[in-house]
Amino acid sequence: MTAPQTSPPRATAQAPAPARSARRALTSTDVLTAVLVLVLLARPLLSGLADGAAVRTWATVFVAICVQALPFLVLGVLLSAAIAVFVPAAFFARALPRSPAAAVPVAGIAGAVLPGCECSAVPVARGLMARGVAPPAALAFLLSAPAINPVVLVATSVAFPHRPEVVLARFLASLGTAVVVGWVWARFGRPDWFADRRGPDLSGVGRWEAFRISMRHDFVHAGGFLVVGGITAAMLNVVVPRSILDAVGSSEWLSVLALGALAVVLAICSEADAFVAASLTQFSLTARLAFMVVGPMVDVKLVALQSGTFGRRFAVRFAPLTFLVAIAGSLLVGGWLL
Amino acid sequence: MNRDTESLLLLLLGGAVLRISADDTFLRYVKGWTRPYLLLAGAVLIVLALLSLWREHTTPRSTRSQRLRDTPPGPGAVPAGEAAAEVDPSPALPESGGAQRSESHADHSGPRVAWLLLLPVFAIFLVAPPALGSYAAARGSNTIAQPAGSEFAPLPAGDPVTTTLSDYATRAVWDQGRSLAGRRVRLVGFVTPRPGGGLYVSRIVITCCAADARPVKIAVTGDTPSLAPDSWIEVVGTYGGMDSSAGKSAQVPVINADSVRPVRSPSEPYES
Repeated sequence: MTAPQTSPPRATAQAPAPARSARRALTSTDVLTAVLVLVLLARPLLSGLADGAAVRTWATVFVAICVQALPFLVLGVLLSAAIAVFVPAAFFARALPRSPAAAVPVAGIAGAVLPGCECSAVPVARGLMARGVAPPAALAFLLSAPAINPVVLVATSVAFPHRPEVVLARFLASLGTAVVVGWVWARFGRPDWFADRRGPDLSGVGRWEAFRISMRHDFVHAGGFLVVGGITAAMLNVVVPRSILDAVGSSEWLSVLALGALAVVLAICSEADAFVAASLTQFSLTARLAFMVVGPMVDVKLVALQSGTFGRRFAVRFAPLTFLVAIAGSLLVGGWLL
Repeated sequence: MNRDTESLLLLLLGGAVLRISADDTFLRYVKGWTRPYLLLAGAVLIVLALLSLWREHTTPRSTRSQRLRDTPPGPGAVPAGEAAAEVDPSPALPESGGAQRSESHADHSGPRVAWLLLLPVFAIFLVAPPALGSYAAARGSNTIAQPAGSEFAPLPAGDPVTTTLSDYATRAVWDQGRSLAGRRVRLVGFVTPRPGGGLYVSRIVITCCAADARPVKIAVTGDTPSLAPDSWIEVVGTYGGMDSSAGKSAQVPVINADSVRPVRSPSEPYES
């Protein structure tokens, strides 16, 4: 949010004090009230805005993305708060191998137990890091959880009936990508790429109170970025013509890249993307595999969430790295199995 | 953004989610099976918001943060909680050196981007966007996935027999229309104008939410009245082969209509 400050916090608190007391009358709650009143008064104008078919379609897709992601985000911050408050830090130290190189695959496989989509995984990964899990391991978990959990794999097998090799390929390519990205991060990642985001101040409060505070903190921090992602994804969803896809369907390499890019742009929930992939019949199975491997790991909604949770410097490195590894993984596994 | 504002935002958002899942409005955006999860998520947000508002206006801790917010804190006025946080950093991410920005300055606890949480609230309460319709259907082309088995079960009994647009299109594309032959079929969908005149009867198929929408369009031939786009119709007719004018890859089947009449829109606008 703000540039790192080198002065001690007590001095920081003092410096803006006169300004703050002068503006004391205007708190953010007042601003909220004013905005609500204004919007209610301007309501006739606003409903006129949504008259165009394109704007209406955008608004529908935007609300759909937000509404659909919300239960998963709530689940994610609930788990994250529970990890932060109720699971002792020593648990993860015992459960995971000491060396990051060994912890990465273990954390990647552990992703299979989180039955949610990508929106839950981001706050949970943050909670794990806050609990002392090495970042590469937490990131492997972040990538694998939305892709290889049972709900997603069952959805994939329903979308590709009688093609169990597609489910297997998805599992292997996703897990492989998560582990490789984790290892790359363990080798080259730097701690200062993470934004300095402290958790809320939990000292001197009871467990349930701490649970409540961290849950609200995590939700408010992630929620705004989810909306940013929803705005972007809805816009691309409405603006990018699908006919572009037909042009690239003929070339295998191009089509793998194109469907990977489509997954980034559409930001479809990982529990639904297999059905969309199944309907893209003009493409090879390997290209559709790339769609399903990239989607849960890199998409505009997710990148917004990640840069909100871990910082922009993190997201601009992590997302391209993951995209490239996911495409490579899809080509390898697709070439072998499909 | 102070804590009260954060709590109020959660309250509004939770209320918006409960509002659309209380009746059939949510079906414009997501599938029906998501309802319990939406209700639960909305309830959790509201409980969290109310509990926060109550706790922070009644407990001593909130008086401390209230004081921090409202009066210039002198060196002696630093609350115990914050002083402790300097010594013992609470759960934090790997930190860059020397950055010690405390989040417990009450008025800076929430990021500015959190204001955007108001957007879905406004969209739901003020705009209430409709279900996807002819605009989305016209933009996409039919992509009919190959079904599991190669054998198609005969259509159920009935004259006319009611079926979904997806089923009709799947039988047309992957069964070459054999299981549709000789039957009168009833389809319900909305009107999408057909390029070059006439209309499609169409539905949107979604799996999870409206972001994964795929259209199914069936060209209607015969004596079709002129109807406004997005109006819902019932088409009774027989299988009429594939629409060659739409192009070879378009996968658009034809129904030769005996009758086309307006109907009320269904409560669940999408097919799955």
